[in-house]
Amino acid sequence: MFEALSSKLNGVFDRLRRRGALSEADVTEALREVRVALLEADVALPVVRDLVNKVRERAVGQEVLRSVSPAQQVIKVVNDALVEALGGGASDDGKRGIDLNAPAPVPILMVGLQGSGKTTTSGKIALRLRTREKKKVLLASLDVHRPAAQLQLQTLAQQAEVTSLPIVPGQTPIQIAARAMDVARRELYDVVVLDTAGRLAIDEALMEEVAQVKLATNPHETLLVVDAMTGQDAVNTAKAFHEKVGVTGIVMTRIDGDARGGAALSMRAVTGAPIKLLGAGEKLDALEDFHPDRIASRILGMGDIVSLVEKAAATIDQDEAEKLAARMQKGQFTLEDYASQLKQIGKMGSLQGILGMLPGVGKIKQQLNDANLDTSILKRQAAIISSMTPRERRAPDLIKASRKKRIAAGSGTSVQEVNKLLKQFDDMSAMMKRMNKLGQKGLMRGGLAALLPGAGNRRPF
Amino acid sequence: MLKNLFSRFRGAEPEEQPRPPELPIPGPPEAPPTGPETPEPGPAETPPSVPEPTPEPIPVEIPPPTALAADPPAEDPAPAKGGWFSRLKAGLARSTAKLTDSVTGLFTKRKLDDAALEELEETLIAADLGVAASRRIVEGFRRTRFGKEVSDEEVKATLAEEIAAILAPVAQPMTLDTARAPHVVLVVGVNGTGKTTTIAKLGKQYRDQGLKAGFVAGDTFRAAAVEQLQVWADRTGARFFPPAKPGADAAGLAFDALTTAKQEGLDVLLVDTAGRLHNKSALMEELRKVIRVIRRVDETAPHSVLLVLDATTGQNAVQQVKVFKEMVDVTGLAVTKLDGSAKGGIVVALAQDFGLPVHVVGVGEKAEDLRPFEARDFARGLLGLD
Repeated sequence: MFEALSSKLNGVFDRLRRRGALSEADVTEALREVRVALLEADVALPVVRDLVNKVRERAVGQEVLRSVSPAQQVIKVVNDALVEALGGGASDDGKRGIDLNAPAPVPILMVGLQGSGKTTTSGKIALRLRTREKKKVLLASLDVHRPAAQLQLQTLAQQAEVTSLPIVPGQTPIQIAARAMDVARRELYDVVVLDTAGRLAIDEALMEEVAQVKLATNPHETLLVVDAMTGQDAVNTAKAFHEKVGVTGIVMTRIDGDARGGAALSMRAVTGAPIKLLGAGEKLDALEDFHPDRIASRILGMGDIVSLVEKAAATIDQDEAEKLAARMQKGQFTLEDYASQLKQIGKMGSLQGILGMLPGVGKIKQQLNDANLDTSILKRQAAIISSMTPRERRAPDLIKASRKKRIAAGSGTSVQEVNKLLKQFDDMSAMMKRMNKLGQKGLMRGGLAALLPGAGNRRPF
Repeated sequence: MLKNLFSRFRGAEPEEQPRPPELPIPGPPEAPPTGPETPEPGPAETPPSVPEPTPEPIPVEIPPPTALAADPPAEDPAPAKGGWFSRLKAGLARSTAKLTDSVTGLFTKRKLDDAALEELEETLIAADLGVAASRRIVEGFRRTRFGKEVSDEEVKATLAEEIAAILAPVAQPMTLDTARAPHVVLVVGVNGTGKTTTIAKLGKQYRDQGLKAGFVAGDTFRAAAVEQLQVWADRTGARFFPPAKPGADAAGLAFDALTTAKQEGLDVLLVDTAGRLHNKSALMEELRKVIRVIRRVDETAPHSVLLVLDATTGQNAVQQVKVFKEMVDVTGLAVTKLDGSAKGGIVVALAQDFGLPVHVVGVGEKAEDLRPFEARDFARGLLGLD
């Protein structure tokens, strides 16, 4: 969500990098760009001012170290300020996710504007608490306004394999809340998630209603659900809900979109309530912990390596990967291995998504998008390999003209594409052989350059 | 693959919805439970969570009074008498207060210098107008008024003029060509902007005009989205086209619905779609497929592609419009939730960047609160001017 902002800041600091020393004018210019970038990213105006002032104070007062470039120093100051504003840094208590430290049943109240994603988030939280925390969760919808809202939560409860409160038509939200708490006490539930109807912050009658619900159930957590696409109004919304019901945490939804998500900064600043969770997709398990440092790094285009590693660890089959590595070391890499590798890459999602997490790639992200990276090529290559006989896969040298024609027809591709794959595989095998020859030490010394054909003879030192 | 589709769960899309008056909650002040034009409030007593499973096969049979009573919001047109402008103003009151206050504070006794202009630009940005739109307006000020002593009124009036000038070309109502029989409106947008509610309101308005309307429940993904539209079809008496099963192909459903609609001679067919983030190319491709497939029935369809935008959305709205326009050739915009504290200033930036018509704005929860977009009123309302 922060890619666009990173590219903006990168532009600023690129200019700084090109200069030798950092004058005060440079800092001022950089900060003006930072301010515009933050504003364009929907960070609220007062928050932007605070942040920029903080950065200026620190940047100007600081001695220039010899070991780092002035630009890097500014980046660090901006990064620290962002992390702090997002709830990290020295003041970070390290607590993440939902606080359940209260006598069961623990009530959790979900509030927010219409269409912010309260009901889906309720389902996601229920699934998370059931699977990760092994809690017995009861879902209850207090939304008597939107047609079929209660039915929606009931369906979600089934998918998350938790119980939902039976629907009794005609009850008021307060009655439903009381019934939910009653059922939870009698049937020994650990957590009750109360999903309320969406309401405008200026709708006093409805805001009063949710305050009543809060009074009646005394929720341990009151989570404000906010869309990452929210503009400057995020401040008003957060303020209104915080004043009326006392928000204990914020859930940002739709961070899988391309909104810059400045609302996260604004709301954290206004309410002081931590951002607890991020909704990152349409599936019920797409709920992530919020990490201020990671997000701030992403803002600055430093990449999100931690997330990438975690994603890889979660999707790639460890055993399979080890087997593959062992075979590669022995130089026995076959097309079959290549196919399984393709499959694993496919599991990690789009190439753009993976590349976007790498440091420095944020900058060329636009070019990547323009280049329109064709991820279907992975699928097509897998199809080509599937159309080969096991013998062909083990010994690709067998494949001559007529076999190529058959494979192309079988996989719905062309002979050219089959050729391309074989050539690519050939290059890969050659590279692996060279890697084995170099050995682990050689690889460390020569780096990747030693692997590339033509560059192998140009060893550093 | 099919199993996958089933188990796949769509992000919920809680949408802005009118509240039926029969519910025993303290209603908002603008929604008194009874109205002078209600001959029989009976049908309104159906609880919303129990949708009628059988859709009305022939919509023409429903007498207008029933249709009126069936839609609670229609019962009381009295508060709306003041016109959409006063409602919009009331809705914007809080949001404009901030904008007006700071503009007032800025200019009451001040010379229009660089610092003042910069503050003005920031103020506009804070109203979600966007950096580019704000700059253009501020530059207009710089040219004509730089260094002069200016009063608060002057600044506001000129600001409103500037904004109205940007908005005037895009204030165009959606025109239906009923000769198409039916005129197909594809309603698209990201999750939670109010697509289903907008369809319900449009459908109600068309029914009141005596047109035969049909709803296609194309959101086959989100839990209970079909039931939500079903309730609206029952309330408005529109012909309802549900999918055969959850997770069914939206394109196939639209194809069948359009075929039937042609046979039955419907005037307008409103096609709901699942909310989708514009950066998910697979989902956007799915939307293109819906269009490709309905073109097999009618080459000219869809006659309108309405993109529903949430007024609380910030600068990302620009990206949304850009991508949806590229992918499905959006013909017009609907801006919802303008009755909240959000200013919807992004509309100004959108008008500058794309010039797409803004067909309707949602300023409340009743069907008639879905209004044609009026540039001058919007601009003056935004600044708290009469």
